[in-house]
Amino acid sequence: MATIPIATDQTVAVLRVARRGYRALQNVPVIPLLMLGVLTAMAILAPIVAPHSKLDPVKPLRGQCLAKFNMPDCPYVDNAPPFWAAGGTLDTPLGTDSLGRDVLSRLMHGARISLIVALTGTLFAGAIGTILGVLAGYMGRWWDEIIMRITDAWLTLPSLVFAILLSSVREPSLWNVVLILGLVFWSRYSRAVRGEVLTLRERDFVKLAEINGIDKLTIIRRHLIPNVMNTVMVLFSLQVGVAVIIEASLSFLGFGVPPPEPSWGLMMAQERESLMEGRWWLEVFPGICITMLVLSANMLGDWLRVRLDPQLRNR
Amino acid sequence: MKKYILVRALYSVVTLWLLVTIIFGLVRLTGDPVAMKAEAGADPAYVAQLRHSWGLDQPLHRQYMGFIGRLLRGDFGHSFEKSLPVRDIYFERLPNSLKLGFAAFLISLALGVPFGMLSALKVNSVWDNAGKVIALLGLSMPGFFVGLVLIIVFGIQLGWLPVLGKGSSAFVWSAPSTWATFWFRDWAHLAMPAFALGWYFSGAMLRITRSGMLDVLGSDYIKLVRLKGVPEAVVVAKHALKNSMIPVLTFAGLNLLIMVNVSVVIEVIFNWPGVGQLLYDALSNRDFPMVQGVVLMSGLLIVLLNFTIDVLYGYVDPRIRLSR
Repeated sequence: MATIPIATDQTVAVLRVARRGYRALQNVPVIPLLMLGVLTAMAILAPIVAPHSKLDPVKPLRGQCLAKFNMPDCPYVDNAPPFWAAGGTLDTPLGTDSLGRDVLSRLMHGARISLIVALTGTLFAGAIGTILGVLAGYMGRWWDEIIMRITDAWLTLPSLVFAILLSSVREPSLWNVVLILGLVFWSRYSRAVRGEVLTLRERDFVKLAEINGIDKLTIIRRHLIPNVMNTVMVLFSLQVGVAVIIEASLSFLGFGVPPPEPSWGLMMAQERESLMEGRWWLEVFPGICITMLVLSANMLGDWLRVRLDPQLRNR
Repeated sequence: MKKYILVRALYSVVTLWLLVTIIFGLVRLTGDPVAMKAEAGADPAYVAQLRHSWGLDQPLHRQYMGFIGRLLRGDFGHSFEKSLPVRDIYFERLPNSLKLGFAAFLISLALGVPFGMLSALKVNSVWDNAGKVIALLGLSMPGFFVGLVLIIVFGIQLGWLPVLGKGSSAFVWSAPSTWATFWFRDWAHLAMPAFALGWYFSGAMLRITRSGMLDVLGSDYIKLVRLKGVPEAVVVAKHALKNSMIPVLTFAGLNLLIMVNVSVVIEVIFNWPGVGQLLYDALSNRDFPMVQGVVLMSGLLIVLLNFTIDVLYGYVDPRIRLSR
């Protein structure tokens, strides 16, 4: 007799958990998470799943050279079209570029560069901006004046123009782009965080902590920074997309990640001549990758913003 | 009001001064321009003379004071590449960029405002969802990708539009007859770059129009107008539209700022001889006075724009000028 109610209790509990999990899943934006998941998997697993090397030309299959150059043997086949077009093979599903490198493999490694640069760059900007914003908002007076005036001046500069200017300071490299993103975008955070801290500082829990003689550094660390994290998270998610575009634009202009690394923007820049000769796929595939990454980041950011800001939930 | 304008002006001056200082510091960090101008193994006397003529042999604070002094007199230095004053080259290019910017702005209005209104009037309908997708795509497709796709479709496959350049019409400062005609010529050249540039902003415009319209439609005076029995079309066109345009127009100022930004890449793709391409060329050639001048000018324009917006705000909304 005694075992039966326990079993029903368990089923009820399991059912409840399942129902709650299902409801949570319904609210989760599936499409952007799926896109982001695929791109992240591509980035992490690139060295394992990529069919060819990212830097070396692909060895041609038998018959490919004969078809293209009318020669029995050749070092590589350049500008091979994607597999569905005439002359394409499944060995290089998205074709090869003008140096005979596999486009699909390069796109996979490019996901790595885009994600690393955008995430670390935005994180760096967020760290600088949050600290300065909290300092300006909480310390007040001269701290506030100085930090906010610098922030204002910083916000005045158009971000891409500023990024281009910064890129000339040091030799181009991947980490240089990260540094540039951090230095360009911190002002977005400090502005928002300062506003948040100005209201937090008047709240009772901060006042009580001050009355209890807790030093300022601890108040900042224990009471202020955890409370501005919502704002920072939302800004972070919205900035990642912008960072991807800025990285791609910098690389496209030749001021970002240097060749031969397969940054998506750089891939598009290098094949501009192919475009004029009608080989559109060399431009379109990296472009679609950039769009997908930015799109998923933006959709997640929008979702997060609505989740964390109850006023927007009914919009 | 006078005090408010004065405080705003002071802030603008401080911002400008900080901007100049940041740029001065950054350009000094980029390395020795003399070493780049003079090739390796150049005559030391020539190098020393070059250094002296650019004032680089003076102590840093002297250079800084001289730099600011020259800026106050409107002297942005000479381009290394073209041996012309930076200011002249900049103003020669500026009309081209403005033409592109205005065209892109009009396109973003024409695409964003009607769709935004439609979305707001039919919330959660098919139209609203289509609007959301367009807005997201607008914000997610980088301008250079849109530009390249346009080139592929209209420039190469269909061959309808010219791919490069701005056409033969030019804005010449010394010839007033070109001042008006310039804006209305060579639209075939303008179409693709303007669309690629405007695409991004139409997404943002759509979102702002939608949320502005929703705010206004939910307000009490619209309810009152509806209660009076005014037809829905008049409610929207006469009462709601006008007020929902306020955030859109505010955003216009910000738009210009971002357009300067995105236009570098667009101008490079379409070989459009504007300010953005000037910056790109200058940086590729390590022409530092030019780079410095272009960045400073774009900063200056934005500071002036912000100041104007602040002052206009102060006139329109008394709460703003009293609170600060």
